[in-house]
Amino acid sequence: MKKCYLGVDIGSVSTNIIVMDEDEKVLDTLYIRTQGKPIETVKKGLSQMKARLGKDVLICGVGTTGSGRNLGGIIIGADAVKNEITAHGIAALHFVPDVKTIIEIGGQDSKIILLRNGVLYDFAMNTVCAAGTGSFLDRQAERLGIPIEEFGKLALKSKATVRIAGRCAVFAESDMIHKQQLGHNQEDIINGLCEALVRNYLNNLGKGKEIQSPVIFQGGVAANIGIRKAFERILGCEVIVPRFASVMGAIGSALLAKKEVAKKGTTNFKGFEVADSNYTVKSFECEHCPNMCEVVEFYRDEIIVARWGDKCGRWSNINVQSEKLAQ
Amino acid sequence: MKITFPHMGNMYLPIKAMFDDLGVEVVVPPKNSKKTLEIGTKYSPELICLPMKINLGNYVESIEKGADTIVVTGSCGPCRFGYFAEVEKEILKDLGYDVEFVVLEAPDGDIKEFYNRISKIANTKNMIKIAKALKGGISVLKKIDKLEEQVLKLRPYEKNKGDIDKVYKKLISNLENITGAQKMLQLISQAQRDIEKIPLDYNRDVLKVGLVGEIYTIIEDFANIDIGKKLNELGVVVHKSHSTFRWLLEHLFYNSIGGTREKDIRKAAKPYVKTMVGGHGRETIGNTIIYAKEGYDGVIQVMPFTCMPEIVAMSLLPQVQNEHDIPVMTLIIDEMTGEAGYVTRLEAYVDLLRNRREKYKNEKMLSWR
Repeated sequence: MKKCYLGVDIGSVSTNIIVMDEDEKVLDTLYIRTQGKPIETVKKGLSQMKARLGKDVLICGVGTTGSGRNLGGIIIGADAVKNEITAHGIAALHFVPDVKTIIEIGGQDSKIILLRNGVLYDFAMNTVCAAGTGSFLDRQAERLGIPIEEFGKLALKSKATVRIAGRCAVFAESDMIHKQQLGHNQEDIINGLCEALVRNYLNNLGKGKEIQSPVIFQGGVAANIGIRKAFERILGCEVIVPRFASVMGAIGSALLAKKEVAKKGTTNFKGFEVADSNYTVKSFECEHCPNMCEVVEFYRDEIIVARWGDKCGRWSNINVQSEKLAQ
Repeated sequence: MKITFPHMGNMYLPIKAMFDDLGVEVVVPPKNSKKTLEIGTKYSPELICLPMKINLGNYVESIEKGADTIVVTGSCGPCRFGYFAEVEKEILKDLGYDVEFVVLEAPDGDIKEFYNRISKIANTKNMIKIAKALKGGISVLKKIDKLEEQVLKLRPYEKNKGDIDKVYKKLISNLENITGAQKMLQLISQAQRDIEKIPLDYNRDVLKVGLVGEIYTIIEDFANIDIGKKLNELGVVVHKSHSTFRWLLEHLFYNSIGGTREKDIRKAAKPYVKTMVGGHGRETIGNTIIYAKEGYDGVIQVMPFTCMPEIVAMSLLPQVQNEHDIPVMTLIIDEMTGEAGYVTRLEAYVDLLRNRREKYKNEKMLSWR
């Protein structure tokens, strides 16, 4: 029996599952689109992973991260539920122990994480606007009719620069269309877009922060060679894209789960069978005060397992009792 | 005359006590809620900062409950708060509400006019009676501020989660239903004693974080997404750099006798900001440095969106962070704020502080207050 750890990163755009053995070596990775259905996606991911793993694997711990970490944590029975910033930092340290800067661009979020002497030192996450993230690139690729995998490569063919206003996705898109109507060719425009996104990223997140090498670039967008080259041009240093760049969050959460399990000795993992359970979510508007919080109730096979969404704790605090009552 | 005023933290309680003692009828605006903010956002200029949106919501909700006079403190200060009353007056007029604004300030240093305004809302010209009510209000304010500070300090240590909140929530709702400063003071003292009895576990490894920024967002928990409680739940002791009582002490007392407690803050900020930049910009820098010197693990700056003095401070903070070796995180808040993102950031920030603490555990961390 091989002892393994599972890391699950439930993001807004993609859900990633990785399996790691006891020596912290990544055995298998799975990347599926969330498509707005995190529950379905987690179930699908787990059953696919089970089929791929074979029989001689024992899951000793599970960690979840990403914006769906709490939901996923309840479904799977996670040992470590961690925010994506910490998870990404841990994973980067695992592959490049002396990493000083992490550039992370995912579906909805972009982050910069600074590390010094192997310790998380500072971070920032996009605040007001989500420009410069994967979803926007996705949409532009679709609009131009280019597969997203080819999108970045086209930028490398560019010979002339086109400057695109990159303050915000809406402006960037309208400026892009304007440049297209002026007759610029596609490669140049795509390259201009890559550079605009990098400028936007550095201006919004990197502001006042000292970007030192080694620099790691991770998250789904790291697969885009155009953006990576634009970073290298603007930063003037090499930008490393690790082999598992798109699933680093999941790797980090598996590492955290391993640590957590070592500490407490057991795992909460509910087994791959959870994929066969039925999960439903109901919600209602609490009318106790004018905040009108939308309270979400989470059911597993008709049994209520969690509640959240209220500001005052009136409903979420009675989680545990209600589970006992319902059973 | 039915008086109302905007919300700012627990300040409505001492104000109510004061007017109760004067025998003036007050309408306490309904607690800040999503609805308040919605009303405020609908009628405010789009790019005004969060405090005005909430204030305006407070007024509309109060007027609907029957208030006809709005009392606000004025400030000829360099923050746009000084102009709030004028703008709000016009907005309410356009909406067709017939209300009177009484701005508590001395226009062009006209002290007589200041007294006129005070006696108008106090419904008496008897200055002794007013002074007495004011004193009662201030003592309630002092006590309730102290209690709040206590709550933010002790919550991470409580053995049974929710004990302190239970006492605190009960106290607030009791205070709302009682009249007069004397009775309020008694209730607060009782709550204080109740909190002292709550079992605590001081062996926990808790972190210490200071909150800096504009006074309104620091004090009003609705405007700062209740960051104090959220941090407490992550195992962090929180200290707010502003409290209404300290502000009052500064402006009513220390300033008038020529001394100032804010000297230390200004002195600390001096290498970075030599002059007043408006709002609490300079204080933000000064407080951050003082927190760093006192051995706090981190500082969080809470900003109402589009606040100019705070942006000045924000652009200086990375340098302060490097030179004083204290991680500073900035959160910008307005009605567009999605809470999930903030929770993620707070969690990550606390993780970051924990990591640092573990690393330096055996070093200089002994100098703790």
